[in-house]
Amino acid sequence: MRLSGQNLKCVRGGREVFSGLDFSAASGEALAITGPNGSGKTSLLRVIAGLLMPAEGTLALEGGDAELSLPEQAHYLGHRDALKPALSVLENLAFWHEFLGGEPRDTGKCLAAVALDHATHLPAAYLSAGQRRRLSIARLLSVRRPVWLLDEPTSALDTAGQELFVGLMREHLARGGIVVAATHLPLGIEARDLRMGGAG
Amino acid sequence: MSALSALIRRDIRIALRVGGGALIGVLFFLTVTVLMPFAVGPDLALLSRLGPAILWLGALLASLLTLDRLFTADHEDGSLDLIVMSRTPLELACAAKALAHWLAAGLPLIVATPVLGLLLNLDGTATLAVALTLLAGTPALTFTGMIGAALAVTLHRGGLLLAVLVLPLSIPVLIFGVAASQAAISGPVSFGTPFSILCALSLISLVIGPFAAAASLRHGLD
Repeated sequence: MRLSGQNLKCVRGGREVFSGLDFSAASGEALAITGPNGSGKTSLLRVIAGLLMPAEGTLALEGGDAELSLPEQAHYLGHRDALKPALSVLENLAFWHEFLGGEPRDTGKCLAAVALDHATHLPAAYLSAGQRRRLSIARLLSVRRPVWLLDEPTSALDTAGQELFVGLMREHLARGGIVVAATHLPLGIEARDLRMGGAG
Repeated sequence: MSALSALIRRDIRIALRVGGGALIGVLFFLTVTVLMPFAVGPDLALLSRLGPAILWLGALLASLLTLDRLFTADHEDGSLDLIVMSRTPLELACAAKALAHWLAAGLPLIVATPVLGLLLNLDGTATLAVALTLLAGTPALTFTGMIGAALAVTLHRGGLLLAVLVLPLSIPVLIFGVAASQAAISGPVSFGTPFSILCALSLISLVIGPFAAAASLRHGLD
């Protein structure tokens, strides 16, 4: 499997964010998008996720499921956690598991994998920022998708959480997955560097 | 299919929890209807003549009240991104969200109608007619209102814009809803004629609403 983009250009609000961008990542590879604030890291992730239309260029996932589009085979972990404060931890995860069409799987185990199994019935409103992030990460585990698009994945996580997440990314890569992460901090795994240009 | 039922169950569950919209709509409906006799005065004949129109206006405003959160809440917490990316067609997801909103916020209004009919001096037949027209007409309000909710999704404080966008679209529903209720009470037109048009309006909005909402959501993403 190979995720690649060619000659990508993104325009937002009449301003060119990036242009002529090429990248590629094969199965088991991680791509770390780095660059200063405003250089278009999040925009690139959203273009790959199909949430922004590129002004130019093409995206392709070779060797994926031919029936499905690239966004349908990807997980997007954005700044916002996609959690409902009124629902409990377990209800939040169970909803995404069912909505995203995950194969039958024990959602409790996914919560245990991110060390949230002690809080399954707590409403998500009472979670700390780090716990919310852990719960979003559990979503990536509960439904299997080959491509992970991560936007500052380790922000708000404590040291133990970061180590835990590095382990989960390693597992995902070992299964032949692809990780594309926008980050300021070192990811903690072997990753190819995609440097975005300066702002402006 | 299970994805859609998961979405419907989640939205209903949120609406019924603390801070959800289900009860707020009914309370608003109750307030508007209770205030009317004070404003109009204790003329029972006048009240029962105005009754269907008052109930319809109350239901229209009450359903607008909670509609602006239909997509905004999902947009703010990032859920909308995941819904757009998912394997479920966005049109169906929109229809499921509107259905959940109608079940949680529209249906309670219809259940409350008989009680409120008493306050407006409506007899059994009249109350039944109003409840029946609301049952046929409120889906049209929800599904056309959804278009406005989708257009206003990226705007902060889009609630007022929603009302401006949606109210003109709901005029036909209001006209035929009240006309059908009046026809059942006093004639001279038969109940069936305006009621069929009301049902047709609901069916049309059931078809157009999800497509228009999905198109404007896709366009409004950034």
